[in-house]
Amino acid sequence: MKTARDTWLIFQRSLMLTLRNPVWIFVGLTQPLFFLVLFGPLLKGLAVAGGYSGDSAYNLFVPGLLIQLALFGSIFVGFGLIAELRAGVVERMRVTPVSRLAMLLGRSLRDIVILVLQALVLVVLSIPFGLTIDVAGLLVALLLVALVGLVLAPISYTLGLLLKSEDALAPLLNLVTLPLLLLSGILLPMALAPGWLQTLARLNPLSYAVDASRALFNGQFTDPVVVTGVVLMAILAVGALWLGSRTFGRAVA
Amino acid sequence: MTAIIETTGLRKSFGKADKAVEAVRGVDLRVETGEIFGFLGPNGAGKTTTLRMLTTLLAPTSGDALVAGVDLRRQPATVRERIGYVGQAGGSDPLETGRRELVIQGRLYGLNRAEASRRTVALLSAFELDAVADRRTSTYSGGQRRRLDVALGMINQPVLLFLDEPTTGLDPQARARLWDEVRRLRDGGTSVFLTTHYLDEADALCDRVAIIDHGSIVAQGTPLELKRQVAGDVVTLGVATDPEGVLGLVQGEPYVREASVDAGNIRLYVENGDAALPQLLRLLDGAGRPPTTISLHRPSLDDVFLRQTGRSLREQAA
Repeated sequence: MKTARDTWLIFQRSLMLTLRNPVWIFVGLTQPLFFLVLFGPLLKGLAVAGGYSGDSAYNLFVPGLLIQLALFGSIFVGFGLIAELRAGVVERMRVTPVSRLAMLLGRSLRDIVILVLQALVLVVLSIPFGLTIDVAGLLVALLLVALVGLVLAPISYTLGLLLKSEDALAPLLNLVTLPLLLLSGILLPMALAPGWLQTLARLNPLSYAVDASRALFNGQFTDPVVVTGVVLMAILAVGALWLGSRTFGRAVA
Repeated sequence: MTAIIETTGLRKSFGKADKAVEAVRGVDLRVETGEIFGFLGPNGAGKTTTLRMLTTLLAPTSGDALVAGVDLRRQPATVRERIGYVGQAGGSDPLETGRRELVIQGRLYGLNRAEASRRTVALLSAFELDAVADRRTSTYSGGQRRRLDVALGMINQPVLLFLDEPTTGLDPQARARLWDEVRRLRDGGTSVFLTTHYLDEADALCDRVAIIDHGSIVAQGTPLELKRQVAGDVVTLGVATDPEGVLGLVQGEPYVREASVDAGNIRLYVENGDAALPQLLRLLDGAGRPPTTISLHRPSLDDVFLRQTGRSLREQAA
């Protein structure tokens, strides 16, 4: 089918271009690695001080870290599109018969492939720190990471198309990412928060992804939070892709 | 001969209600098959907006157009299959090689890998890009990049190629070379629609020209026809003081068809410039008002623009 073929073409091209300049793949991984190595041990200490076993700390922290990776790894992809806009690449493609959805999906799939590989590296590096994994749970967690990426990357591309300039996009993204991070329960579980803060966190879709991820790493497959997280992300992904492909179809200056 | 582009009342306005800006105000165009058609006008005239409508990048506010035999508003996807487009910004990714860009462009048009490769090889050769085909486009010279852009626009063998300001920013040699490429495409049967703000380009390259100003077409025809419409040869007199007074002196002369003051100079349209010059000099000398400078030229497209709009196109470009 045409959309599938076009998506594959765009995906291939995008992936090859990224591999030709792979420095960002490694840079994207360093942020969660810093948290793992420099912040994780404090959580361990906190757990012990609170009378809990230190070993479980990483099983609470790393699942959240994966969602943080997904957040920061996908929300900034719009900058790459702005560069492509400036080079005239997007416009050139829009005059070909290529599917508008494929232009968005091909790029987004490239982003989540890289995201999942980074997530895998992160998990492997966490094992020496004390993370225990359940393979089935890990696979579903990686799916969850991919879905979060599939929500945020299209949104970033859409904003890039609408704003067309790094100077406009950067402050907007910077404004949005910190509340998303802090209201998700990634750094510390939201159960520690007062009531009003927990309510705010419930408005953040990422908090559901974080809860689901934690459950998956602790073998609680059938916990309803898993279903909630995955389904919510899937629905948001479809919405983000629909919105994004419409924007690709409309005029860009 | 059938038209390859025919528009009726093509209109584009941006913004809402009383803040609306009409970039294109009802354009009626006709481009014949097999010709190079130029869309000439100052920056902001609506050239690029019109071109973007014709290439399906922008939806018209109203009006109709038939592009490559297809209704633009009802079947934009079919239009895309038949046209090629070279935008102002180019279109090649700096990290890609020319060859890879051509192949993927072909595949986006539905060609399989073998066919896309075959056409790529032919285009690289035709546009003399063999030497740099496997280097990143960021290393290309301006002329090479432009030639690659045009090659990208031709990969689907379109009947109609759109070029948006194709020689802007090119040195004179690259420019002349690109003109030759465009002529070669036309000779091969491709119709070409280009926008430009360069008079010499419209004059030298285009079979027919439409001049656009503030969203409306002010003249349309072959460069020769348009220049003939201007009322004769142009004599420009420079005077030290009081141009109005000198204007009064020359206006009544029988060989002077029109006269006006333009930026301190007196601009005369005369029947026969060669004969008018000595008569003018004798007249002005006799009246004690000899000109400081005098020049004669055959009408140019700038004169056509000036006649229609009261402004000089050359000054707009400056």
